Amino acid sequence: MAEPSRRGFLTYLVAAPTLAVATGFGAAGAATAVAETVAGAPVPSLPAPADIVDLGDVLILAGVPTAHMLVLTVGENGRVSFRLPREEVGQGLTTAVAMLIAEELDVAVDRIDIRLEDARPELLFGQFTGSSNSIRSLYGPVRHTAAAARARLVRAAAKRWGLAASALRTRDGAVVAPDGRSAPYGSLAVEAAARDLGAVTAAPKPESAHTLVGTPTSRIDARAMVTGRQRYTLDLDVPGAKPCMVRRPPTLGGTVTSVRNEAAVRAMPGVLDVVTIPTGVAVVAETFGQALDAKNKLDVAWGPGTVDGLSDDDIRARLKAAAEPWVDLPPLTRHIDAEFDFAFASHAPLETNSAVADVTADRATIWSGLKGPIVAQQTIAKELGLPVDKVTVHVVQAGGSFGRRLFFDAALEAARVSKRSGRPVRLMWSRVDDTRHGRMRPATHHRIRATYALGKVLSFDHRVAAVETDFRHGLGEILTATVTKLPGGLGNATFAQTLFHTTVKCPYHFGVTTQHLTEVPLKMPTASWRSVYSANTRGAEEILVDELAAKLGRDPVDFRRACLKNPAQRAVLDKVAREGEWGRPMPAGHAQGVGFHEEYKSRTACLVEIDASDPKKPRVTKAVIAADVGRPINPRGLEAQLLGGLTDAISTTLRAGLHIDKGLPLEGSYSQFHYARQKDSPPDVRIFIMPATGEPGGAGELGVPAAVGAIANAYARATGTSPRRFPVNFDIDFTPFPR
Amino acid sequence: MPSHTFTVNGRSVTVDAPDDLPLLWALRDLLGIRGPKYGCGIDVCKACTSHLDGEAVRPCVVPVAEAAGRDVTTIEGLADGDTLHPVQEAWLEQDVAQCGYCQPGQIMAAVALLKRTKNPTDADIDAIANVCRCGTYFRIREAIHSAAAKMA
Repeated sequence: MAEPSRRGFLTYLVAAPTLAVATGFGAAGAATAVAETVAGAPVPSLPAPADIVDLGDVLILAGVPTAHMLVLTVGENGRVSFRLPREEVGQGLTTAVAMLIAEELDVAVDRIDIRLEDARPELLFGQFTGSSNSIRSLYGPVRHTAAAARARLVRAAAKRWGLAASALRTRDGAVVAPDGRSAPYGSLAVEAAARDLGAVTAAPKPESAHTLVGTPTSRIDARAMVTGRQRYTLDLDVPGAKPCMVRRPPTLGGTVTSVRNEAAVRAMPGVLDVVTIPTGVAVVAETFGQALDAKNKLDVAWGPGTVDGLSDDDIRARLKAAAEPWVDLPPLTRHIDAEFDFAFASHAPLETNSAVADVTADRATIWSGLKGPIVAQQTIAKELGLPVDKVTVHVVQAGGSFGRRLFFDAALEAARVSKRSGRPVRLMWSRVDDTRHGRMRPATHHRIRATYALGKVLSFDHRVAAVETDFRHGLGEILTATVTKLPGGLGNATFAQTLFHTTVKCPYHFGVTTQHLTEVPLKMPTASWRSVYSANTRGAEEILVDELAAKLGRDPVDFRRACLKNPAQRAVLDKVAREGEWGRPMPAGHAQGVGFHEEYKSRTACLVEIDASDPKKPRVTKAVIAADVGRPINPRGLEAQLLGGLTDAISTTLRAGLHIDKGLPLEGSYSQFHYARQKDSPPDVRIFIMPATGEPGGAGELGVPAAVGAIANAYARATGTSPRRFPVNFDIDFTPFPR
Repeated sequence: MPSHTFTVNGRSVTVDAPDDLPLLWALRDLLGIRGPKYGCGIDVCKACTSHLDGEAVRPCVVPVAEAAGRDVTTIEGLADGDTLHPVQEAWLEQDVAQCGYCQPGQIMAAVALLKRTKNPTDADIDAIANVCRCGTYFRIREAIHSAAAKMA
């Protein structure tokens, strides 16, 4: 990325961490959870591991050594530029960070430029976008950095005017003196960069003084997006970069044996090169239209894949066998046993996997949408036989991710093709390939048993069996990525267990509560999918909560209320029950449903109304959502994330999934993978953000699990069924594309 | 190589391309007009939605030869200089976009709808089949209603 000229810029590179607040989370959380256990009428549950230390805490602690290595510059033109060591995929992070900086600097948001930082290996764990952790991990460091910049500008003005810094204030991008004199930041940029100002430290503003943070703010890139000027990877003009597409095998993980008609394909119009890479056969051409034609013409002899012959029924049987069986209960124990299955699901970001690569003998430059650019850089350097510092990786804002861009499959392919072809390439996956060979959320099987007596739940035992989720991106750099690649899958399995137990928890007092994960390692392209294990695991639990309420003769909202562990949880539930008129009469075939979820130190409830008068064509007609994320930065962006989570839940609960047939997903486009359209989306959505308290929690993934539960429960009530397999309407209603 | 002359966003252009090259790639790869996005290539996701003589089309399935002598409008041609189209303004007011990738197509589809139907019903809006993978549909709906009110 082009750097502004050095002169006159105030550059902050604060190496010493001043953040002490990352310690002590665990004890406080545990104390709260334990203290609450004495109050309620239900049989109390001990805190789950995730109540004591959640994944976000782990990530924040891992990132502490480099969390303050942030770069903020103030230019002579008064513009503030910040290099964000994260990825923007639509979640609104760049806007939220611009707000934090604008707040501390007393400058308008539109004076702030957020650039996505290139891969910086020295940041170690500090350049990883995932686990709904960006705001949680950046909230302190970004404010400290901006506060330090502000203090330095004030010090420079004080020196210029011969006044005490303490007498000066900042307002609207300028330092102002009591006598009315004013110095815009741009005019102070050179003086503020002077070394003889001495060490300047400053604390961020108290939150009570915030005037921008916490107020609804529009995206900083909204205008670029509505005018078509927003640039994604394949919109970049990299000189000489030629379109490239890859012909992929007929089964997952298949390999190239030989290309039977290479000469004929090379002779096609516009074709520049044909290159075999480990994942298929790449065609480089003058236009993508020609690359696509040529890729389709390729006649390739393929070797076997990694799961040839495997289909949904086999996978479901393996998962069922892997979930630990129940032991016999004492006679007459009242209980519910239920089993649930969730299909594979594509991330299906609208921008398919894509990358630009320019590789020469002694260096490489990569452009791609990457949530872990350091591990991409390190892996590509190793692949190309180059030192890491000869590989530049530019992070490009992306057209969605939902977990997909934790990996860098297209970037690695583009680097390989560019090296072999000796020219820069713009590599794009076709939609069919992205749906079939792109990574997906693994199928899961759930076995839940709850016992109860005298109107109370005595035990709640949830055994999850899942096709292995690939976590070999580590924490975005090669150290943990290498650990996840230990032989025998042990590393990935350990990482999976850690992730499961630091994210998934049952929020209710249900007596003795256990949750257990068994992963079945199948060599399929998988990745975390928005909320990872929680959408299915907590979604299934929310369904069982409704069924338990029915067994105990309780109303689903009242029952949840009685069993939730603390007032903050009950507050969001009460909010949706009230605003959504819980219990209002509904016509036949229509029903309400409710769900609750707590994770990332945030909590949410969702109430939906569904029209399932035709059970094959249900429509969610209304949704009411309440969320308590601790301290919202941008309520408008937060509402957008909850709306997205709702739409994800509508899709995967009712219609969207992948069928695996003989080693390959059958679905190949949005005509087959039925992600919701406007006609499936509720015309009435109300979202309520609870008042700010404490630190920000995570929010990007929060909305999915509660909505899965609410939709499934509404569908069950409207149709009088007990749905057990998701999506509920999952016929093969299409003719698959050729393999 | 056949030559094709047509108008894009008010400017006359000529491209040398096979007759059957999809217009999308003539726009993106030959003319450098990158607002229309590839999402599927088969008129399913509709991310590339643009206008041909004022009607919404999907350039991924329109052969470039069919554009000859006609007016193509992409998202880049919707605003009048710095003055945005009311639909774009409504999109900003509702803060519709998340990742933004489908939004040029969504906006062009909405503009075409409002051209046909001044005051669209919810059912009219439901008929827009453009995929938004971020799930912004509710805000799209609100923005279309708001634009319709503004344009009335």
